[in-house]
Amino acid sequence: MCSNCGCGDSDVRVTAPDGHTHTHTLDLEIAVLAKNDELAAANRAWLHEWSLTMVNVMSSPGAGKTTLLEHTIGSFPQPVGVIEGDQETSYDAQRIRQAGALAVQVNTGTGCHLDAAMTRHALDELAPEAGSLVIVENVGNLVCPALFDLGEAAKVVVISVTEGDDKPLKYPHMFTAADLVLVNKTDLLPYVDFDLGRLTADARRLNPDVEVLAVSARTGENTAAWHTWLDRLSP
Amino acid sequence: MHELAIAESVVEAARNRAAGRRVSVVRLRIGRLSGVVPDALEFAFEVATAGTDLDGASLEIDDVAARATCHVCKADFILDDPIPLCPCGSADVEIVAGRELAMVSIDVEEDVSCAATADAETPTYG
Repeated sequence: MCSNCGCGDSDVRVTAPDGHTHTHTLDLEIAVLAKNDELAAANRAWLHEWSLTMVNVMSSPGAGKTTLLEHTIGSFPQPVGVIEGDQETSYDAQRIRQAGALAVQVNTGTGCHLDAAMTRHALDELAPEAGSLVIVENVGNLVCPALFDLGEAAKVVVISVTEGDDKPLKYPHMFTAADLVLVNKTDLLPYVDFDLGRLTADARRLNPDVEVLAVSARTGENTAAWHTWLDRLSP
Repeated sequence: MHELAIAESVVEAARNRAAGRRVSVVRLRIGRLSGVVPDALEFAFEVATAGTDLDGASLEIDDVAARATCHVCKADFILDDPIPLCPCGSADVEIVAGRELAMVSIDVEEDVSCAATADAETPTYG
């Protein structure tokens, strides 16, 4: 029923001839990210159908994601395909192709993260062979990518020792969302004040079940543990 | 600034439901642990609504505190930060509120002539 004149209610006859504005409240109760979540669920189903394992790798810019992927491509037993997210340039996709893997570059322009729709288009373009590992290298950013489900099997946050051991509590949403914290650039540990114990303890204060691995993508130190972790995700 | 992407999702969902009617109010429920900053979202909402059926619409945000239940001492408590830790010292807690990021409702407006709509109804004076 209209609150102005009562029209719309069968018990009331309204004679006011003038037009006016009716306001109706429509109850929705829907998730704001419902559309992204639906697309992510569709991605997940499609990946499952083709026996593909997709991992969403996130970090701040310069943590060594691309170097880690170059190393992974060269030594991981299954074929690897990579979706590269950056605001601009195809530098990273070129590096990945030179390392011997399929790569699709997604440029988000002003966007600060990848979403499920962008991932869907990139997967179609990438056309990975069945059984592959698909790695999404998200836009370098420790904040925004944490909120957007892409349909991945797991989320990995890469943190390099040069960034400092205080990052989990400074960027809690990212560390709360992660399945694995991969500490990179351990070859630089002798030159920086980075306490792996503190980082691990803080990450687990936020996310008690999170796994933590420390590697050097540059020297290959402990990357076998990373491969084992990836292997466990395969269906 | 993921709030712009969030605001764009809100505008799209509201426009779909409004089906061409003007939207005057959008109500959201945002938990403290959702990762969305209400102030940033209000700014992004203005940008995202400009030139759409939501231009000039107001945004009402229900800011939901983060709450958890402790599995050890059974206390129900407010979380002031994202660290799931009970005042009793236990980390065996379950977050029960604060992750919400929902569109609750929208108000839509229609210009109508009441006489026209009411005449279709049968008068039922006692």
